[in-house]
Amino acid sequence: MLDRLLAPSFKQIETIAILKTEKRVLKNNIPVFILNAGEQDLVRVEFIFKNIQWDINNPLLASTTNAMLNDGTTTKTGAQIAEQIDFYGAFFQTEYGYDHASVTLFTLNKYVTDTLPIVKDVLLNSVFPEKDLKTFSHNNQQKLTINLEKNDFVARREFNNVLFGDNLYGYKTQASDFDNLNTKTLKAYFNKAYHPQNCTIFLSGKVDEELYNSIENLFGNWESTTHFTHNKIELKPNIEKNYFIKKSNALQSAIRLGIPSINRTHPDFAAMQVLNTVFGGYFGSRLMNNIREDKGYTYGINSGNATMAQAGYFVIATEVGIDVRQATLVEIELEMNRLKTELIPFDELTLVKNYLMGSLLGSLENAFSHADKFKAVYFYGLDYDYFDSFIETVKTITAEDLMKLANKYWHWEKFYKVIVG
Amino acid sequence: MVNYKKFILDNGLRVLVHEDTTTPMAVLNILYDVGARDENPEQTGFAHLFEHLMFGGSVNIPSYDEALQLVGGENNAFTSNDVTNYYITLPAVNLETAFWLESDRMLDLAFSAKSLEVQKNVVCEEFKQRYLNQPYGDVWLKLRPLVYTKHPYRWATIGQKLAHIEDAKMADVKAFFAKHYNPQNAIVVVGGKVNFDEVKALCEKWFAPIPAGVKYMRNLPIEPEQTQEIKETIYADVPLNAIYMVFKMPGKTEDNYPTVDLITDILSQGKSSRLYRNLIKDKPLFSDIKAYNYGSLDTCMFVIEARPNQNLSLEDAEKAIWNELNALKTELVSEVELTKVKNKYESTSVFSEMSLLDKAMNLAYSELMGDANLINTELEKYSNVSANNIKHLANQIFTQQKATTLHYLAK
Repeated sequence: MLDRLLAPSFKQIETIAILKTEKRVLKNNIPVFILNAGEQDLVRVEFIFKNIQWDINNPLLASTTNAMLNDGTTTKTGAQIAEQIDFYGAFFQTEYGYDHASVTLFTLNKYVTDTLPIVKDVLLNSVFPEKDLKTFSHNNQQKLTINLEKNDFVARREFNNVLFGDNLYGYKTQASDFDNLNTKTLKAYFNKAYHPQNCTIFLSGKVDEELYNSIENLFGNWESTTHFTHNKIELKPNIEKNYFIKKSNALQSAIRLGIPSINRTHPDFAAMQVLNTVFGGYFGSRLMNNIREDKGYTYGINSGNATMAQAGYFVIATEVGIDVRQATLVEIELEMNRLKTELIPFDELTLVKNYLMGSLLGSLENAFSHADKFKAVYFYGLDYDYFDSFIETVKTITAEDLMKLANKYWHWEKFYKVIVG
Repeated sequence: MVNYKKFILDNGLRVLVHEDTTTPMAVLNILYDVGARDENPEQTGFAHLFEHLMFGGSVNIPSYDEALQLVGGENNAFTSNDVTNYYITLPAVNLETAFWLESDRMLDLAFSAKSLEVQKNVVCEEFKQRYLNQPYGDVWLKLRPLVYTKHPYRWATIGQKLAHIEDAKMADVKAFFAKHYNPQNAIVVVGGKVNFDEVKALCEKWFAPIPAGVKYMRNLPIEPEQTQEIKETIYADVPLNAIYMVFKMPGKTEDNYPTVDLITDILSQGKSSRLYRNLIKDKPLFSDIKAYNYGSLDTCMFVIEARPNQNLSLEDAEKAIWNELNALKTELVSEVELTKVKNKYESTSVFSEMSLLDKAMNLAYSELMGDANLINTELEKYSNVSANNIKHLANQIFTQQKATTLHYLAK
């Protein structure tokens, strides 16, 4: 007779095999990291550039340069670029983050020789036409107007601003900032930011010698011509800790609480990831159990350790009914204090450790995710041993260690508290 | 190409197994053939609320989530107008735990009163967060009843109103479970580093003892053909005017679906698509415009969603949209443009094969549509679409009298 009360036996995950990238270097010294794996005949080609020379007097210059990279080159219009990328079933993406700007091509291997030259053209010869810039600015001003009606959007930008001050990490975009942009400055910035000395290439998916040779032929002779300086972020957290932005007719309040903290390079970071998981980092977390699953105040609440090149912070975010706003803050503080004063029970810590190992294993789904693991450490000056030590920490950390960490890093009175709605 | 093997248990449960040895993980996906379209019109939002209750403990297992997290697994679920889909990903060595958990909640739930109370609150907060407290968030609550007069697609998955969720009673929950949550109404897909024989044995062990239950026979009203244009205007606290134009189109299982899906792509897939190119880039008439379709199983919605620039009248904005639709009705799409959208469809499906979970979900959905192998044959249907098919369908679908237009305007 089947006994359904009895859980099947299970195994602990002991080791996790992350596929390692192979490093090669193009003639012009661009480092290329290769992760060759996977069944499908496709490849992701990423060009990553460190962010440089962010200037508060023209705060959108860098991000707009990145966003408009597909709007035309000296030889092709934006329409032609889009037409060709789409014709070959490829995907061309640009992304601007706190620390890096990237240009990514996803393509089937059979079309690599058709699609890669387009990317080369974009990276070397972009022109940022005035007309497209005007459309871009207008449409993004409109988008901003809509976003400013969203409580969680407003909470996030206020939070970043009070935590970091007016720099790339904390700046609050204003509609008028788009008026400072023009083709000439975009082009000048493009030349400074997008060139070999500032570039790292990642190839993942089905990467063969032929693909590497194409990369060498197309990008190995690309020359660096200008001098540039990487961003140096000057952190200026506000003194005031409490912020409330009233929105009339709001049904919910967006809450964002947090504190400057360590980033991935710090020896405590892995342990803080474990502590965060217990607190608000997974579906079974203390915050979810209390504030969603016990009280029904919210659809979701979570916390996280955010890591950037020159900063780190710990954050708790949720949206709750306006009538339970204060009650939610009380419960969050209570859960934090419990972690500072009571040891995490053995069963709960075991569960969290198992969950984290399973989650790390599950995050290695395909060639892209294996490559992403490397990217997540490489730009911090770390290597694969980060993951070895992460796994070691997860396996060996004790409830006592975690209580010490909670007391070391979490001080409720020092938390920034931003509420919108 | 996604490989799979299929078998059916004596109680009617359909099982598909997809072996993929490139991953150390396994997926167990269960699709229940019940969605918001199967709800009582007086109790909308129930299928989705019920999905939340599926995590409130089953007859032998008090906490679903904890038991799964303990073995390194994760799970989630979603409800649509057509289906409710649950999935687990976990290290393949611990696959049996997924069988234990999923079979127990298919067998019977704990029906905890506390869980019902709490999840009613959680879903009401979800309702507010996603539909009521967002600019334009309630648009589909307003639009669906304009587009559908008879078919239960006239309400959204979240429900028509908060009161329907607040009023849910335990007796209704139990009745819903008995009606829809049994082996005959479910499709299980097990994928990843698994072995067919092993999966079969686990199915026999955990799922085969569950009583077959009564097969739910769906008998939904058919949405009559629209013969008159519908226009509506609402004013709300939003910064910009928006236009929503909806046309009814074939459902996902119908022969003409791929043609209309490619029309959607011609209009709105990628930066070379017509709406983006013509109405945002070449002539800056809109700050945002896109076309999409819902891919629903019954009569489906084709949607154009647009935010006209302030200097453009609503009338001229609609004219500009109609120009694009009329072009599809009068001119044959060029070979190059047609090849382009087909190539994009192909590459999108190859890229989706990189995700084990996507493959498992697609297999379940294909089986629901009549044949799991559709996952492999769908591409051919798309590649057979001709320029003439496109022109023909555009003429059938895009007519003034079959249009439903909502002006969602700033107060």
